[in-house]
Amino acid sequence: MSVIRTHIQQLEAEAIHIMREVAAEFKKPVMLYSIGKDSGVLLHLAQKAFAPGRIPFPLLHVDTTWKFKEMYAFREEITQKYDLDLLIHRNPDGVAMGINPFVHGSAKHTDIMKTVGLKQALSKYGFDAAFGGARRDEEKSRAKERVYSFRDRNHRWDPKNQRPELWNIYNGEVNDGESIRVFPLSNWTELDIWVYILQENIPMVPLYFAAERPVVERDGVLIMVNDDRMELLPGEEVHHEMVRFRTLGCYPLTGAVRSNATTLEAVVEETLRARTSERQGRVIDDDQAGMEKKKREGYF
Amino acid sequence: MSELDTLGVLGYLEQHKNKSLLRVLACGSVDDGKSTLIGRLLHDSQQLYDDHLAALRNDQKGVNADGDLELAMLVDGLQAEREQGITIDVAYRYFSTTVRKFILVDSPGHEQYTRNMVTGASHADIAILLIDSRYGVQIQTRRHATLCALLGIRNIAVAVNKMDIIDWSEQRFREIEADVHSLAKRVGISDATVFPVSALKGDNVVTKSEVSPWYDGPALLPFLERVQIIKDAGSLTRFPVQYVNRPDLDYRGFSGTISSGTLRVGDSVTVYPNLRTSTIVGIDTFDGPLSEAFAGDAITVVLKDEVDISRGDWLVATGQGATVTTSAAAEIVWFDPEELKLGTAYDLKLATSIVPVRVKWIDYRIDVNTGEHHPALTLKMNDIAAVSLELEQALPLDTYDSHPGTGSFILIDRLTNATVAAGLIRQVGAADTSLDAGGATTGISAEEIALNKLIREKYPHWQAIDVSVFQGEGI
Repeated sequence: MSVIRTHIQQLEAEAIHIMREVAAEFKKPVMLYSIGKDSGVLLHLAQKAFAPGRIPFPLLHVDTTWKFKEMYAFREEITQKYDLDLLIHRNPDGVAMGINPFVHGSAKHTDIMKTVGLKQALSKYGFDAAFGGARRDEEKSRAKERVYSFRDRNHRWDPKNQRPELWNIYNGEVNDGESIRVFPLSNWTELDIWVYILQENIPMVPLYFAAERPVVERDGVLIMVNDDRMELLPGEEVHHEMVRFRTLGCYPLTGAVRSNATTLEAVVEETLRARTSERQGRVIDDDQAGMEKKKREGYF
Repeated sequence: MSELDTLGVLGYLEQHKNKSLLRVLACGSVDDGKSTLIGRLLHDSQQLYDDHLAALRNDQKGVNADGDLELAMLVDGLQAEREQGITIDVAYRYFSTTVRKFILVDSPGHEQYTRNMVTGASHADIAILLIDSRYGVQIQTRRHATLCALLGIRNIAVAVNKMDIIDWSEQRFREIEADVHSLAKRVGISDATVFPVSALKGDNVVTKSEVSPWYDGPALLPFLERVQIIKDAGSLTRFPVQYVNRPDLDYRGFSGTISSGTLRVGDSVTVYPNLRTSTIVGIDTFDGPLSEAFAGDAITVVLKDEVDISRGDWLVATGQGATVTTSAAAEIVWFDPEELKLGTAYDLKLATSIVPVRVKWIDYRIDVNTGEHHPALTLKMNDIAAVSLELEQALPLDTYDSHPGTGSFILIDRLTNATVAAGLIRQVGAADTSLDAGGATTGISAEEIALNKLIREKYPHWQAIDVSVFQGEGI
């Protein structure tokens, strides 16, 4: 006999299965932790997969040094609360050259601090598998990515040469120096993520909720003035508005949306009623030919 | 979003949480309008965001001569395929209605991409097959139906598309419908439902159209919301151990996903392949202990006795035994540009085990267009064949038809690490007699089984049946 599970239960079981498979087959896995809501769900699932034991791999935060202050505070809180083994990597070259998204632009900043930084960290520790929270419903080129996404020695992704993935049997064979990126949330949608956050009471960075925040409107995007590294352009003025963030990244590159949603319920309702997709608030997507190009180069 | 207004946000989420999941494979060629159909399902069920639609309108190829949106453009993702104008890989789309959440597995129709369709079919409960109303059942329709049947899909929804071009001719539709039913019967699909649609115009896709008053069935989407799936995980309890969870000396749990059947606290289980038995004393999850768990559940099992168990072993409900063997007959689909090498070791991954395996011989290659069998000495990319496998190490096996989770496998090239084939166990070989210490009784002696095995290996054309399958039945 069998019972019919709801799709959320099935998605949860599938993600747990993937995490256990990776933990069992790879020498040195790591979980990428970006502090955002998808990372929160991923972390929660990892706790479920290995309970009553601890999560048997470290978390890695690739720090661009330009995240929101609230994100750093939240990261420390979560690390302590769940007794996590957290590694933090900042690209030292980028730090030395004083990379600044306001000055150098989002493309260069993202490439140096995120893409190159991530590759440095993976090579430095010799990780052969890295979990990420990406979902296939986020963007068109992601729709075809595998759960185990193979990367060569240079961390490159070749969309034409992906391994076929059948049933729940994953090919985890890699040679030395090669690695995979693993996406246990592949089959989740944004709505599933919210439902799960609510159901499981997963903690989230306060920035997801509306509050009066200092913002500047620049090129049609509301940028929050998060520290004194943000210099105002002629004619710009800081004003306070009720805003929140639909996705979180580097503060100079992440647009706020006007909102009065101060509770999780209200945030979810707003998301459901939104007729624009969540990545739209990101300056980063408009800046380049697209996600596929970034991914080929090693971006998550 | 009227549902949201009626139910409120918590009610709406509760409704979403409790939806069932249906995985749908969409097959058909570019010319059949498959991407248009998928775009139509997404568009009409309002799963497209404004910025996606705006991007489409801004794309010079995004609007056709009539000013209609090219819905197919929403679906074709990677740069390479956009340049070629064809879909070359498997893509996954997500949408939901008030009743179900759907994962649409979009796989290409071109013959050279059989591997992608097989990959897609392995993730599907049901398939939508597209047929161009002008051409009716084609060779590729047969290929799609055959591949669905091969992978165990028992339900298909056949969309006879472009009905607008043939002026919604009922007679033509009925002819195609009859052809579909006879095809389904030939290839072994038990439930084939046929729909007259126009993906381009949106008729009978999400809502029933007035253009076909003679058609008294539902539109495609309402059908998918209600269809009962015939495919089943299997009746016997199989729990392949994935991961041994040992946080401290006091706890030793065996984590995994139940492949088929049920596990209950207090049940007696037998460990395969070592045939030791024990009793389940706990089924643990992060959310607390369970008294029972079912196929598809990801759990951690604690046993009463200290039994040596590692990844790859199975826990099986005692009395629901599997055969532990080094040989099997299988059907495989070859994926790799490099041809199959007979006698060369590949890694076979089945459930949570990996063991070296050799393809001893190819019984025959199956022409997927006609169903005919042909002799073959090797296999090329996209070939499907019945083969005999010799495993270097004995494994418990099931047939794919009875237990898909423990009867399916992939083959991995040991040098390149590529996934070179997917396979389905069709017949489990003779039990490995060295493991018979567990006391399995059989009316057939080990010598007889060995002789029978030799004959089947050396003289396959004699077509001797495999007597080992009777083992334990006491004939």
